[in-house]
Amino acid sequence: MTQILDKPVSPASIVGEAERTARRRTLLHWIAVHSLGVAAALFFVLPFVFVVLTSLMSDQQALTRDLVPTTWEWDNYRRVLDTPGFATWWRNTLLYAGLGTVLTVVSSIPVAYALAKFRFRGQRLALMLVISMMMLPPQVVIIPMYLFWAKQLDMAGTLWPLIIPMAFGDAFSIFLLRQFLLTIPNEYLDAAKVDGCSELRTLLKVVLPMAKPGIAAVALFQFFYAWNDYFGPQIYASENPAAWTLSYGLESFKGAHHTDWNLTMAATVLVMAPVILVFFFAQKAFVEGVTLTGVKG
Amino acid sequence: MTTHTLRTKRRSSALRTAAFMSPWLIGFSVFFAYPLISTVYFSFMKYDGFRPPVFNGLDNWTYVFTEYPMFWPALRNTLWLVLVMVTCRVVFGLGIGLLITRIKTGAGVFRTLFYLPYLAPPVAATLAFVFLLNPGTGPVNSILDAIGLPTPGWFTDASWSKPALTALALWGIGDLMVIFMAALLDVPKEQYEAAELDGASAWQRFRFVTLPNISPIVMFAVVTGVIQTMQYYTQPLVAGKVASGIIGGSGQQFEPGYPEKSTLTLPQLVYNVGFQRFDYGAAAVIALVLFVLSMVFTAFLMRRRGGLVQVGD
Repeated sequence: MTQILDKPVSPASIVGEAERTARRRTLLHWIAVHSLGVAAALFFVLPFVFVVLTSLMSDQQALTRDLVPTTWEWDNYRRVLDTPGFATWWRNTLLYAGLGTVLTVVSSIPVAYALAKFRFRGQRLALMLVISMMMLPPQVVIIPMYLFWAKQLDMAGTLWPLIIPMAFGDAFSIFLLRQFLLTIPNEYLDAAKVDGCSELRTLLKVVLPMAKPGIAAVALFQFFYAWNDYFGPQIYASENPAAWTLSYGLESFKGAHHTDWNLTMAATVLVMAPVILVFFFAQKAFVEGVTLTGVKG
Repeated sequence: MTTHTLRTKRRSSALRTAAFMSPWLIGFSVFFAYPLISTVYFSFMKYDGFRPPVFNGLDNWTYVFTEYPMFWPALRNTLWLVLVMVTCRVVFGLGIGLLITRIKTGAGVFRTLFYLPYLAPPVAATLAFVFLLNPGTGPVNSILDAIGLPTPGWFTDASWSKPALTALALWGIGDLMVIFMAALLDVPKEQYEAAELDGASAWQRFRFVTLPNISPIVMFAVVTGVIQTMQYYTQPLVAGKVASGIIGGSGQQFEPGYPEKSTLTLPQLVYNVGFQRFDYGAAAVIALVLFVLSMVFTAFLMRRRGGLVQVGD
């Protein structure tokens, strides 16, 4: 002990002291940041946890203040799946989201390509109109649109008024794809044209393979837009339960099971689960898409 | 090249452009231009969808602005949400973005956890929050009660319903987190090093290095947040319906905005007036108010100079 204290202080040990203080500060910083991180994580995760826990409670316990189920009622999920209509809602949602996504991607690609890579008069105006369409609340045009589909084409009570417009380019998808295509160097396109490729061939053979991440992002966004859409099905499908989607049906499910929070939460989990599952397979495309909308703007 | 071939070439390129643009040209005319013009037309008509429309001048306009009891509350709520909800979202999103760029251990796990709620379908997320914030039996009030804090009525109390919706919006902050994260990682490292050499504190580094570098993204988040708020529909409607217990059903008609019009927004009002009261004329007026407000903010996004979305070359 005394030996250490009596030791003359060498310049080297001063450096060591400073280094140790710095290291302690980094450690404190690490602890502070990660505690904040855990606190934030609780805010984001606990709602999921409580929803799942309640979905496994008995009918009686769901009416109490308990947080954890005493008996684990896995049967709740079967009860939800057996609810009349639930299977139909799934089928309709898959039809709306699946077919809609394919139509959107196919119709938006050529438009995005023209906006990103052609030079033509009115291009700037066209892009401004695309952005305006993207920003427009759907409620602004819903009255004439509803009258058009319901009165002129007699399609109320079906999902077609939601699916058919997707064959004519979706503004958000066009904008997102255009942003992505801008990042593809023109040299590739020029090279293809020098080799005698037509514009369509260049798009199909050269641009599309390079634009895969952008297309994946657009497809995912469109799929989830339709999956989550509530307003559209409410307007066009509400009068016909056979045309309801999950988002619209889920709310009426709560109506039919007025006090059964356990079943409602089980249904909620069943509607959330596919989205989260898809996210784990396509994380990169999602994050890329979100970044494209904001940063490279 | 002769003038003739040049002209043919130009014409074929115009045809090519038209061909590539055609899906959108049709979509734009049928699903944007035509209904927008029709909405203006209907705003001057008395029309219930059954009897033929009758011209009634400015009656719909004066009715909505001076007599209709739900218009001003809806507009006020929208302004409240624009001010408070958008501000909270941007500040919290930036905070979470800053936090995630500093997390060294398990960053991927944290990022995923912070992002996931953004993916929850709005109806499902709203149902979950109405349950979580259920005044009597919800887990949040159980916990608040256990630690001796007041237990508000949340979605059933007019002064707490908008804060409850704000909490729901903050839960789904994942998109903003990603955008801020990308912007923060783009700030040049040298600027931080230079500031540190000058002895700048952590706050000064944030204020004089981080903020100026990411200010375009902050503005982008604000303006897109405002535009999103103009479209705010599903969450307040579902929250109001579920919390009030009035869902669909025959004969029962849900008056939006429960409790006491506190969650009423302009898009909900368009639906209520048009499709529940069958007053298409007045609904068209409200739709046009919504249109003008949205376009003002969109124009801000696209200003020629300093615009947040580059439109030109």
